[in-house]
Amino acid sequence: MNPIVLFFHKTGSPPWFYRFGGKLIPWLWMAFVLLTVVGLYLGLFKAPPDYQQGESVRIMYVHVPAAWMSMMIYGLMAMMGFIALVWRIRIMEILMISSAPIGAAFTVIALITGSLWGRPTWGTYWVWDARLTSELVLLFLYFGVIALYNAYDEPRKAARVASLMAIVGAVNLPIIHYSVLWWNTLHQGSSIGAGGSSIHPSMLWPMLIMAIAFKFYYAANLLSRTRLRLLKQDHRKRWVHELLGQEKN
Amino acid sequence: MSRPTASTAFLALLRRDFLLAYRRRAELLQPLVFLLVVTSLFPLGVGPSPQLLASIAAGVIWIAALLATVLSLDSLFRSDYEDGTLEQMVLSGQPLAMIALARIVAHWMVAGLPIVLLSPLLALWMNLPQEGTVVLIKSLAIGTPVLSLLGAIGGALTVSLKRGGQLLSLLVFPLYVPILILATSAVSSAISGLPYSGQLGLMLAGMIAALTLAPFATAAALKLSLS
Repeated sequence: MNPIVLFFHKTGSPPWFYRFGGKLIPWLWMAFVLLTVVGLYLGLFKAPPDYQQGESVRIMYVHVPAAWMSMMIYGLMAMMGFIALVWRIRIMEILMISSAPIGAAFTVIALITGSLWGRPTWGTYWVWDARLTSELVLLFLYFGVIALYNAYDEPRKAARVASLMAIVGAVNLPIIHYSVLWWNTLHQGSSIGAGGSSIHPSMLWPMLIMAIAFKFYYAANLLSRTRLRLLKQDHRKRWVHELLGQEKN
Repeated sequence: MSRPTASTAFLALLRRDFLLAYRRRAELLQPLVFLLVVTSLFPLGVGPSPQLLASIAAGVIWIAALLATVLSLDSLFRSDYEDGTLEQMVLSGQPLAMIALARIVAHWMVAGLPIVLLSPLLALWMNLPQEGTVVLIKSLAIGTPVLSLLGAIGGALTVSLKRGGQLLSLLVFPLYVPILILATSAVSSAISGLPYSGQLGLMLAGMIAALTLAPFATAAALKLSLS
């Protein structure tokens, strides 16, 4: 068999995934901690304060990567959900639903750090700015997927229904984003620009390092959650008994 | 016996749904009465100042319409699910998306259209200027089908849950954000004498997109709910 196809077939098998994930997790955590330490050091001590925002710009080194993650994870959930529904791969169902709380947490982090940054910069914790509003709607979409999953007793059906919801949400998300953008710009002039790519390297690097660190965090957390869900779902199956029997020795 | 064509089945379903709706008239009135009551609460809550009411009218009426729609969505597939009709529909061999579309069309005719027809009265209550009222009616005529279409996905996803109603609103409201924004901005543009065809055009585009995609998503959700 083609090695790539073989890899996917193997990864789809719960016992193999469990073992493979278990080996990967410590490395992912290590990468996360290492990158976070470097990124935070660069961001909090090395990078200069912004000439307009002052020291509060340092919140951005957490805020922007968290906001990126919140959107990326929702996109990934829709993709995983699509794969789960089309090819009926159980691991994908579990990966999809295990991503949801992590993504929701990143969304909350982005919202909270954003409002902490907004207080000194804009003079208010919350404005109905386009970005803030679409991030809030994104949080509601996460809540919807999680609540839908929790409403069903049968985990596989729950994950498939939640997958469909994630896909529907992902189709709508760009529409929501642009309508909100347009709604706000129609009512008041845009008060902030994100800077785009015009950020000085000394400020850009910590941000990028933090973004990569958060991706490792997501991967590590996702694998841990997925392994736990696998054990719970398969607790009557032989591979779990063999595994737990082995670990007792 | 040969299988009826898809269009025959579609019309038969519509007829059945209208008949069922007619037999349950009192139940259908509930969301409309709800719409009236909710709208009438706003002047009581924010004060009867005509200027203030006029400035929030479009938003209030649209949000009341969203709430009323969601209220009626829970029953969209529920009784068919509970008595097994839905299963028979899936087994009938007719395209499930078309069956879902028939159900959605019927829902809009008995739940969405009355909102459009009631809206002049609501606009009057809320002291909406005349030019705004016309656009409000237009926006509701274009927008309420979208509410039914997107709502049907939520209704299908929650149909096999015993208490799906609250969850349904959590699922569906975020999806309604664009329609709400476009509709209310069209009305406020009209009041200030600005062109509003752009907003209505975008809403129409949204309706067409929802019309093409939502029946398939609803069908997929129904299949999942029955699995």
